[in-house]
Amino acid sequence: MIEIAFFSLSILAVIFAILVITAKNPVHSVLFLVMTFFSIAGHFVLLNAQFIAVVHVIVYAGAIMVLFLFVIMLMNLNKESEPAKPLWLKLSGVITSGLLLLVLTAVFRKTVDKTAHVLPNPDIGLVKNLGMTLFNDFLLPFELSAVLFLTAMVGAVFIGKVKAGN
Amino acid sequence: MTELTFKIIFIIIIFGLTLLIAMYSTLAERKVAAFLQDRIGPNRAGPFGILQPVADGLKFFFKEEIIPSTSNKILFILGPCIAITTALMTSAVLPWGPAITINGQIYNLQVADVNIGILFVFGVVSLGVYGIMVGGWASNNKYSLLGALRASSQMISYELAMGMSLIALLMSSGTLGVREIVEQQPGFHWNVFYQPLGFLIFMICAFAETNRTPFDLPECEAELVGGYHTEYSSMKLGLYLFAEYINMFISSAVMASLYFGGYNFPFMNELGLSPNAISIIGSSVFFLKIIIFIFFFMWVRWTIPRFRFDQLMHLGWKVLIPLAVLNMMLTGLFILFFKS
Repeated sequence: MIEIAFFSLSILAVIFAILVITAKNPVHSVLFLVMTFFSIAGHFVLLNAQFIAVVHVIVYAGAIMVLFLFVIMLMNLNKESEPAKPLWLKLSGVITSGLLLLVLTAVFRKTVDKTAHVLPNPDIGLVKNLGMTLFNDFLLPFELSAVLFLTAMVGAVFIGKVKAGN
Repeated sequence: MTELTFKIIFIIIIFGLTLLIAMYSTLAERKVAAFLQDRIGPNRAGPFGILQPVADGLKFFFKEEIIPSTSNKILFILGPCIAITTALMTSAVLPWGPAITINGQIYNLQVADVNIGILFVFGVVSLGVYGIMVGGWASNNKYSLLGALRASSQMISYELAMGMSLIALLMSSGTLGVREIVEQQPGFHWNVFYQPLGFLIFMICAFAETNRTPFDLPECEAELVGGYHTEYSSMKLGLYLFAEYINMFISSAVMASLYFGGYNFPFMNELGLSPNAISIIGSSVFFLKIIIFIFFFMWVRWTIPRFRFDQLMHLGWKVLIPLAVLNMMLTGLFILFFKS
């Protein structure tokens, strides 16, 4: 049962991820990306991490992608406004991304551990356990990332202010 | 009766009740408007206009279906589907009454008691905005697009303040499960007395999230024709309007269970009634609270004029979010010094 769910979710995630990059219309791309996030959230539920799954949906699908969609809708992208790229640029893009694929495959082949792992605590993804771990074992990284977010927020506000002044 | 058959029957009942209440909210809206404006309201279809929602529904089905030729057809149809699906999904985690006992077996009046509870409602509600955005964009109409953009920016802004006011409540209750939160408010110990500021922020945000007046800028007739549903006709328009009423019902239910004790009522344990009788009274009391909230939604709609868009953003970002942060800090200090 769980295997069927796992494989169907994985296949869906891969199909939607491919559709994201092949879709001609950027709005369709964004919507396919939202569907990809949903299938990944399903994987979190399979790992008994309901809290992470729902936060994933709220933050990525519910907030960030809405902002993406917002910007893309305002830009009104279509075929006519798409910049025509010269042939050499396309060729160099193909070559560099091919090289990147090669390097990544080599790295994954050598480093990824293919043995099956069992989580020491299968309920780690539940709210209570996750909170305990975050605020006991990982308190410093957690607080530091909070400071990082605050810095990013202040930076964004600052950039916006400068543009409004000009 | 096994657990599964009970769940299936219960889901069908909740589904039907949600649709029924949403259906009669449309009539109630017009009756309340008439009452507040000293008119009679719809009274032709059936006694006291009781068949008016049926007549409206039939009319929606018989209207001509128009899909604009320049629209994005698939997304144009998908928009109302998303809106109604997300609106109907939220009721799954709400407890509709105390557990009932049939033939010695205990049944919870709740579809799914997941430990993320209230976050599930948040997740589904935050997806509801896609219905409006997709529909508004696919219409290929400037007014629709503006309405859709207004809706999304408004919902994102108010979701923040709503979440922060909720954090204060979760800090004091210590759980995300809606049933546990409701059980912590027995009798008259409702959360609204401990979190008055939090409730006020939550309620204002609920008005904005459901696109109700005074925050109904996405469908502001004077500026945007019909807003995001300008191009919609027939039952697709009906689904958008219906989704709004279902959202109103669900947010009333959420407010009633988080802040007004859900199915708890004063002196429920002193009456000496059997648990099943308490269950039935509790469920009725819960629905009574929901109906009072729905009436309040309508009362506000026909009393207060709508905001300007900059006022809306100002209220959301510069008033509600700082207040919610303040409320969160005060709750934290209170828990630190008085409860531990």
